[in-house]
Amino acid sequence: MPLDRIRNFSIVAHIDHGKSTLADRILELTDTLSGREMREQVLDSMELERERGITIKAQAVRVLWKGRQLNLIDTPGHVDFTYEVSRALQACEGALLLVDAAQGIQAQTLANAYLAIENGLEIVPVVNKIDLPQADPDATAAEVADLVGEDPARVLRISAKTGEGVADVLDGIVERIPPPEGDPGAPARALVFDSAYDQYRGVVAFVRVVDGSFRTREELRAMAAGTRFEAEELGFFSPDRRPTPTLEAGEVGYVVTGLKDVSRLRVGDTLTAAHGGASQPLPGYKDVKPTVFAGLYPTDSDDYPDLRDALEKLKLNDASLFYEPETSQALGFGFRCGFLGLLHMEIVRERLEREFDLDLLVTAPNVAYRVFTATGQELEVHSPADMPREFDRVEEPYIRATTIVPKDYVGSVMELNNDRRGSFDHMEYLSEERVLLSYDLPLAEIVYDYYDQLKSRTKGYASFDYDVIGFEEGDLVRVDILLAGEPVDALSLIVHRQGALPRGRALVDRLREEIPRQMFDVAVQAAIGSRVIARETIKARRKDVLAKCYGGDVTRKRKLLERQKKGKKRMKQVGSVEVPQEAFLAVLKLDGDKR
Amino acid sequence: MKSAPQGVRHLYVHLPFCAHRCGYCDFVTLVGKREGHGAYVDALLAELELEREVLAEGVETVFLGGGTPTFTEPRELARLLDSLPRAAEVTVEANPETVTPQLASLLRESGVTRVSLGAQSFDPRLLAVLERRAGPDDVRRAFYHLRDAGFDNISLDLIYGIPGQGPSDLERDLAAALALGPEHLSCYELEAKPGTRFVHAWGAELARQEEAMEGYFEQVVETIVAAGYRWYETANFCREGRQAGHNMAYWLGRDYLGLGIGAVSTVGELRWRNAPKLAPYLAALASGLRPPRELEQLDGPTRVVERLMLGLRLDRPVPLAEVAGAVEPGALDRLERLGLVQRTVGSLGLTRRGRFLGGGVTAELIAETPAKDYN
Repeated sequence: MPLDRIRNFSIVAHIDHGKSTLADRILELTDTLSGREMREQVLDSMELERERGITIKAQAVRVLWKGRQLNLIDTPGHVDFTYEVSRALQACEGALLLVDAAQGIQAQTLANAYLAIENGLEIVPVVNKIDLPQADPDATAAEVADLVGEDPARVLRISAKTGEGVADVLDGIVERIPPPEGDPGAPARALVFDSAYDQYRGVVAFVRVVDGSFRTREELRAMAAGTRFEAEELGFFSPDRRPTPTLEAGEVGYVVTGLKDVSRLRVGDTLTAAHGGASQPLPGYKDVKPTVFAGLYPTDSDDYPDLRDALEKLKLNDASLFYEPETSQALGFGFRCGFLGLLHMEIVRERLEREFDLDLLVTAPNVAYRVFTATGQELEVHSPADMPREFDRVEEPYIRATTIVPKDYVGSVMELNNDRRGSFDHMEYLSEERVLLSYDLPLAEIVYDYYDQLKSRTKGYASFDYDVIGFEEGDLVRVDILLAGEPVDALSLIVHRQGALPRGRALVDRLREEIPRQMFDVAVQAAIGSRVIARETIKARRKDVLAKCYGGDVTRKRKLLERQKKGKKRMKQVGSVEVPQEAFLAVLKLDGDKR
Repeated sequence: MKSAPQGVRHLYVHLPFCAHRCGYCDFVTLVGKREGHGAYVDALLAELELEREVLAEGVETVFLGGGTPTFTEPRELARLLDSLPRAAEVTVEANPETVTPQLASLLRESGVTRVSLGAQSFDPRLLAVLERRAGPDDVRRAFYHLRDAGFDNISLDLIYGIPGQGPSDLERDLAAALALGPEHLSCYELEAKPGTRFVHAWGAELARQEEAMEGYFEQVVETIVAAGYRWYETANFCREGRQAGHNMAYWLGRDYLGLGIGAVSTVGELRWRNAPKLAPYLAALASGLRPPRELEQLDGPTRVVERLMLGLRLDRPVPLAEVAGAVEPGALDRLERLGLVQRTVGSLGLTRRGRFLGGGVTAELIAETPAKDYN
C-alpha cells in the first residue's frame, strides 16, 4: 500500500478511560471482526489483562477504513510501562488522547501525553463516555485542549460504549495524523517494537517497516545482535495473525523468526536484509533501568530450573525485566529481579505464578542504591544483603511525584508526603475542584506502603504518577533481622534511620508470632550493625512427646513421626532455627504487599 | 508365616467388654454385652491354638488389656487365665469399681502377678468430666482389696490435662496416688482427638488451659521422681526393679503376639492387626479360621526406625549398633549440641531435657525412610 494511504496510531489513556472499548468499536465499525467474533477487550489477550482491565503488552491490529490502512498499536497505560509505551509510540505518527468525560485528566494521562508529544506525535484529543450522567464533556474538553494546545472545538466527543462518534474518530485519524515517512526504494529497515514467544514457531517480532520491503522466506539480519534468520512468515494482525507475502514501508506487522533462543533478538533492534541490507540501523530505544528490585524464590527449591526458564521466556515479552541469580541462605536459590515499578513487579509475579504455574516467595522490594565506601569505591546495590555494613555515604533515587486530587484532600496528601521525607515542589489548580501537587520524594518511600496510604487518605480519588529524577544522599541504615544470632539475609532492609525502629520492631513482632516454638529459646532481633534495636524471645517448647506407646500404637506413632520429619524438611533452616515457609510468607507480606 | 527364630515370648490378650464407654476413650471396646463372654473366650483360645507355633516354649509376660478385663464374667476370666501359658509376669488391667475382694482373690489364684488399676484421677469433679464411674474412694478401696489379696506389684494409671484441672489439682492427684504407695505409675496427658464428642464438649476449656498445661509434664515427672520413683519411660515410673516387663518388651523392640479383636501382633517382618468387629472374629474362629486381619510388612529399616523411636522412650541408652541405619548423622550432631541427645561409647540416649521433647527430637533424628504399607 502506498505510504500516503497508511496511518499508524496509538491510544493514550488512563486506566478505565475506555481504551479497550474504543478499540473494540473500531474493530466492529471497520468490519475487522463480525459481531459473532466480537467479545470484550479483544486486544487484551492475556488473562491477566482481561481480569485487571489493563493492557500490559503492546498489540498491533490492522483495520481498513475508507480505502486507508490504519494500524492501531495498543499500548499499556500504566506508569510502569512507560518504556513499552515509548517503543510503541516510536512506531506511530499520531496518538488518540482519550479522556473520561466524568473523571477528567489523570496523572497517567499527563505522563503518556507528554511522552507522545516528546516523540513528535500528532495528538488527536478525544473525550469519551459522554453518555454517562455525571459526564461533563465541555469541562473535560477544555482541560484536554489546554493540555495539548488545541482548540476545544476540535476535541472529539464520543461514547465508545454506544458507538456514538467513533466514525468521526476514524475520520479524524485519517485527516489529522500524517502518513508515515520512509523510502520504499531504500534497503529494507524495520524497527522491532515488541515481540512475543510462540511455543511452536519461536520468537515472533512485532515490527514497523520504515524503508523498503520484506518478503517471506527472505534471510534477515538483526543489526545490533548480528543474528541471522529466515522470515518464515510475514503478516499482520486483524486481530488474529494474517500471513501476507510482503510487508512494505510504513506498514506494521509481524515476522515469524523461528528463533528459539530468546536472547538473540532484542526489542529495539533493527531488521534488514541479510544480503544487500541497510548499513545504518534505526535509532534504538533508550535503555531503561529498573528502579525496583526484589528477590524471587521458588517455594519448592526443586522448581528453580523452572523459574529460570520462565524468567527467560518472560524476558522475551518484556525487555524491561532484569534478573540475575541470587542465593539466599534462608530461601535457597532464586533470582534478584529488577522492575520498572511496583505494578510491573506484581504483574511479573502473577504471570510467573499463573502462566508458568510457579509458587513463589518474593522478598520486600527495594530500590537501587549508590554506596560510596570509605576507600572511595562506588557500588550499586540492588539488595539489602549486598549493602556493606560500613560505608562513607549512600545515595538513593528520588522521584518527582505528581498527584492529582480533589482540593479537599490536598492537606492529607501533603501530610503523607511530608511523613515520607518529601519536599514540596509546586501546586496548581487544574480546575476549581482539582489540584495538581508536585513533590520530590525518595523512591524507597513509595515502594513501601505508599499507594495504600494514598488511596485510604484520599478515599481513592487521587491519581498518582512519578518520574525518577536522580540520586540524593540519604541518612540510610541497613537493618538486619537475626534469629538466634544468625542474620536472615532475605529479611535485611535498607531504611531511613528514623524508620529503622518501627520497621525492625514490626518484623520482630511478626516473626515471633509466626515461628513455631523450637526445642530451645530463640532470640529474634533487629540490629543496625552490632547494635540491637528490637528483641523478642520465642520460648522453647517444654514438652513434645507422644503420650503413650504400646504394642498396638507402634505403626501409627511411627507414621506420625515420619510425617513430622517430612514437615521439618519443608522448613527453611536458618542456623539451627526451623522457619516454616508460611512464616517467611507472612513476614514478606507484611513488608511487601502493603499497597 | 515366619516366626522369630526363638519364638515369641510376650502375649497380649484383648478383653473388650466394658460397663460403659468413658468420654475420652478410643480403645476397641464393647459396651453392655454381658452375655457372650464365654463365646469370646472360646474364640481367644482358638486363636491361641492357631498361633501357638509362633510362641516360644517359655512365655515371659502375659498382659490382659481392654476394655475392662475385670468386667468379664469372673468364671470366663478364670477359665481364660487358666488356659493361657504360664509366665513370670501376668498383668491384668482393672477398673476400680470392678475390683471386689472376690475378684482380687480370683486373679491372685489364677496366677496373675500384677494389676494395673485405672485410677485416672482422685478428684470427683475431674472423674465426672472423664465420665468415669468410680469415685476416689472406689479407687482406694480397690487398691486395698488388691493388697489384701496379696498383690505386691500394683500400677496406677493417671491422666493429666483434664478439662478444668489446674496445677494445684494435679498436685493433689499426684499426692493421692503416691499416698497409696504403688509399685508403678503410668501418667498420660489426656489425648483429646479432634472431632470426638469429648472435644466437642471440652475443646474450649482445653484451649483455655493450654498454657498452664505446658508445665504439667514437668510437674508430673518432678513430683513422682522426688517420691523415689524411677522415670524409666516417657510416661512410666516405677520402684526399682518394678518396670512393666510386658511393656518393656514393646519398647525394646521384641516380638509379641496379640489375641482378640483389634489386637496387634509383631512377629519378625510381619505385623498384623485383627479387625475390631466382634461377629466376624467369632465366626472365623468358630470355623477354625484366622480372623480378618490387616497386614503390614515391616522391612528391616522400618523395624530399626521403630527400635529407635521406642528405645529413646527409655531412660537407658540405645546401642548405636542396633539403630545406626535409622539415625541421620547431621541431626545427631545438631541435637547433641543443643543438649538434647547424649552419645556415650557405642550408644545413644536422650538427656533429661531431651526426654521432655522426645517426640520432636526423635522426629529430627530419624533418617528418612519411605514408609511402605501392604494392606
